[in-house]
Amino acid sequence: MLHIFCPHCAEYREEEEFHAKGQAHIPRPLDPEALSDKEWGEYLYFRKNPRGIHHELWVHAAGCRKFFNMTRDTVTYEIHETYKIGEKPTVTAQS
Amino acid sequence: MNQKNRLQSGGRIDRNQPMSFEFNGQLMVGYQGDTLASALLANGVDVVGRSFKYSRPRGIVTAGADEPNAVVQLGATEATQTPNVRATQQELFDGLVAGSTNGWPSVDNDFMGMVGKIGGSMMPPGFYYKTFMFPQSLWETYETFIRKAAGLGRSSKESDVDVYDRMNQFCDVLVVGAGPAGLCAALAAARGGARVILADEQSEFGGSLLDGKETISGKPADEWINKVVTELEKTEDVLLLPRSTVNGYHDQNFLTIHQRCSDHLSDRAPTNQPRHRMHRVRAKRVILATGAQERPLVFGNNDIPGCMTSTAVSTYINRYGVAPGENLVVMTTNDYGYQAAMDWHDAGRKVSCVVDTRETVTGYVVDAMHERGIRIMTGSAITEVHGSKRVKAVSIAPINEDGSKVVGPAAKWNVDTVASSGGWSPAVHLSCHTGSRPVWNDDIIGFVPGPTVQKQLTAGGINGCYELENVFKEGLGAGKQALKELGLEPTRLMTPKVESHERNPAMALFLVPHRKPMSRAPKQFVDYQNDVTAGGIELACREGFQSIEHVKRYTALGFGTDQGKLGNINGMAIAAQVQNKTLPETGTTVFRPNYTPITFGAIAGRDCGELFDPKRYTAMQPWHVANGALFEDVGQWKRPWYFPKPGESMQAALNRECKATRESVGILDASTLGKIDIQGKDAREFLGRVYTNAWAKLPVGKCRYGLMCGEDGMIFDDGVTSCLGENHFLMTTTTGGAARVLEWLEIYHQTEWPELEVYFNSVTDHWSTMTISGPNSRKLLAELTDADLSNDNFGFMDWKTANVAGVPARIFRISFTGELSYEINVQANYGLHVWEQLFAHGEKYNLTPYGTETMHILRAEKGFIIAGQDTDGAVHPHDLGMSWAVANSKPFSYIGKRGMAREDCVRPDRKQLVGLKTTDPNVVIPEGSQGVFDPKAPIPMPMVGHVTSSYWSENLGHSIAMGLVKGGLSKMGEKVYYPQADGSVIEAEICSPVFLDPKGERQNV
Repeated sequence: MLHIFCPHCAEYREEEEFHAKGQAHIPRPLDPEALSDKEWGEYLYFRKNPRGIHHELWVHAAGCRKFFNMTRDTVTYEIHETYKIGEKPTVTAQS
Repeated sequence: MNQKNRLQSGGRIDRNQPMSFEFNGQLMVGYQGDTLASALLANGVDVVGRSFKYSRPRGIVTAGADEPNAVVQLGATEATQTPNVRATQQELFDGLVAGSTNGWPSVDNDFMGMVGKIGGSMMPPGFYYKTFMFPQSLWETYETFIRKAAGLGRSSKESDVDVYDRMNQFCDVLVVGAGPAGLCAALAAARGGARVILADEQSEFGGSLLDGKETISGKPADEWINKVVTELEKTEDVLLLPRSTVNGYHDQNFLTIHQRCSDHLSDRAPTNQPRHRMHRVRAKRVILATGAQERPLVFGNNDIPGCMTSTAVSTYINRYGVAPGENLVVMTTNDYGYQAAMDWHDAGRKVSCVVDTRETVTGYVVDAMHERGIRIMTGSAITEVHGSKRVKAVSIAPINEDGSKVVGPAAKWNVDTVASSGGWSPAVHLSCHTGSRPVWNDDIIGFVPGPTVQKQLTAGGINGCYELENVFKEGLGAGKQALKELGLEPTRLMTPKVESHERNPAMALFLVPHRKPMSRAPKQFVDYQNDVTAGGIELACREGFQSIEHVKRYTALGFGTDQGKLGNINGMAIAAQVQNKTLPETGTTVFRPNYTPITFGAIAGRDCGELFDPKRYTAMQPWHVANGALFEDVGQWKRPWYFPKPGESMQAALNRECKATRESVGILDASTLGKIDIQGKDAREFLGRVYTNAWAKLPVGKCRYGLMCGEDGMIFDDGVTSCLGENHFLMTTTTGGAARVLEWLEIYHQTEWPELEVYFNSVTDHWSTMTISGPNSRKLLAELTDADLSNDNFGFMDWKTANVAGVPARIFRISFTGELSYEINVQANYGLHVWEQLFAHGEKYNLTPYGTETMHILRAEKGFIIAGQDTDGAVHPHDLGMSWAVANSKPFSYIGKRGMAREDCVRPDRKQLVGLKTTDPNVVIPEGSQGVFDPKAPIPMPMVGHVTSSYWSENLGHSIAMGLVKGGLSKMGEKVYYPQADGSVIEAEICSPVFLDPKGERQNV
């Protein structure tokens, strides 16, 4: 069970309070009608499945109900950071 | 039976407290402080079980968690049956009842044992894969036979009578294992002011110190143990957990501890006490002081009862006052093995000799043997044991320097007990649970914990550190290191003084050679519980299994309840030897939680029975129960399903409820519908983005139905939203979809459109909602409210505030039945009162309560959909013929718009929702039936869609159904066929799904 720091509540809580919501940083296209079916399909369905550093969207479902992002290692399950929506990760696969 | 192997004195048992117990139907006596295993040995019981595959007689091998053979069925009554308990870990209590897990008709005379004897050579590894694969149809026959022969224990056929418990804990330092290293680590951490939990699987703290005769600072070890434990007990924020196995090490220092609170007291837990408790611990630092387990050596017939590990022999003598035989021979590759010979001799029994596989040995152990007159045979090994239900003799032969060959003739020695020591294997299991792989260390001939991302420290035997003085040092060091990492100040602590000895280097030997090759030699057992032999591992390698993980799965090495604690390293060494690899090259298999088997009760804790899942009731629940409602689960809600009168069938009740609603008035408890309060100056804009239809112009006081789609254009929820104020809306959702919809709104607001000022709040439980529906609903409501209910002033899809039955209410004129309907919402606490007032006035109108089933029929008569029943995540609004609910002229590209425009979504032959009228009006098509256009088409027939809703309509006098049909909206009047499992075919005509009142006049009166 993960131990997650909610950046909104500013404290560690147990994973049971959270829901994982998939890959982070997938903005909704501003003009969906301008996209081809292929491009829209990629926005809808195609997700990364990295070995190692991954940025994920989580929600503190049984807490403050706020969404936030997490940088997590999919191999070791280490959580490198959590950060609010709109902020950029400081730990990336490149860094 | 008398305790023939019990020593006159010594041990940590209380000879003044005899305890009687039953094993395989025989009454025996042991003492307070015994384990079941030590009591059985004291009573001279040699055979405790039969082996898995060959059904060979098996005896007790170890004194701890690594025991592979003494796995028993426990329980005096049916309800307290517990399978697969290790007798070596079960404390004896008065009245304990246990039996062998396998063996039929009895462990002493086993039927399969004879099969094993005759057919042993015909049961190679992979035997079951090879033999019972074909024909597949016979597998069920084989399985019954195999299961019975396999003897995996059995669970109780009755409910567990005991209570189990769960507790969440946190601490600065969790110390796992209360041996010399663990006690020192806990003491150091506690003195530094840390919040400490110390857990140990045994009944007493002390670990290996309990099994030996060490002195610490000149005094018996237990004086030191008592001093440390007493100090820890008195220290604030120190939790001591004996009888508690740390079973799992999970991510971010989350560990589970299985505490056996009352297994040592009685067959069932004393009143008001839990049987087991699961501690779920989040620890800032973990110190693993789990020690090491002794490896037995692998030699011919090494499974005959009387063969034990050398530490087990010492433990039974020193801790339990039991010498499990008369005449001992010890075989060892290291100095530690000599301890068994010393203890056995000092207990007054005969040691025939110590067989040391090393060429030379000097120093302390040699002196100790000379003092006792015990012969040492160096450069030799026991190649084979003779006997069947007990060791009778051993063959000892000289071996070469690296232990790969027998180099001379064997001599036969008559003994009844064999103690073997192949060195120590650090108990690295927990350190591997989070994915860290152990690393081979040549110096200690064992695997030690590898690199980890956990906040973990290790001390003592787990590191391959076995000299007591160093173990103490490592324990204290780990405790101080933990303090330092936590920013706490360590205090100065003295290392306890102990006697230490110069040791001869140990020899890396796992398999003892035999003059015959592995495949021809007498069976050399590696994993006792699964009957894996050295020859079996060799065969697996020869058949092409190279990876140790494959060898494991093919031979079942390490599969049993002991999870390879005893045999795994030996097995890997033999696989390495056969493949000409080194042990680090072969590597290990993965250790996973749990360390020892755990009861389901401990996992479930209190989350069973009534507490398994929360139940949600509406405020009118007592009335529903009193009026005979049957209930249906909708999410966690208990909703009335229908209200049968005494003796009334379900269909008769539904018919009556449907008729009453259409002809006069019915009432539905709709409180469970999701209700989300939406406020903010951009609320209206937000609704326009998440619903498919238009919201810009909905005036205050009006309600509107909306469809909600995903980005893929597929419907995922629907409901009515009402405009309460210019910036204030009340959204309703399906009962099951409420939480999902709220999260959906939040995710879009928080991640995509944070610039919109809008707030969401679930108010589902704030309101009680009752819907009265039918031509007399206005008359009924008028008796309880002062509101003007005339059609002109309170039209369809309007809402108003008013008093109902003296209570402030919101009344919504919306309808899910197609009848004149009012949905009355009052504060939840008033719900039952208003409901009862409606009935007090409703009798003259035959006010009839109805549940979810009648609600489904009434809405289906009108062709109203239920999201999740008539839709399945692949249906968009146009598929439902609901293009009227889609407003593509909205400026913002609402959620679902682009998805619906995809090439595949505009195909004319998509599956579309239509009404279905059966040719035989009395036939109700089973829901889920798959349709075809040509029932005579060759199989497999092209399927064209399934029936989503299907009922008998008493109001219409015929069956009604809705279903998805390929291109259905353009096939009105055409036939579609539903072949059934019994071979019959139901014919239906495609029609409009609105079966009743197509113009919608009834709801508008």
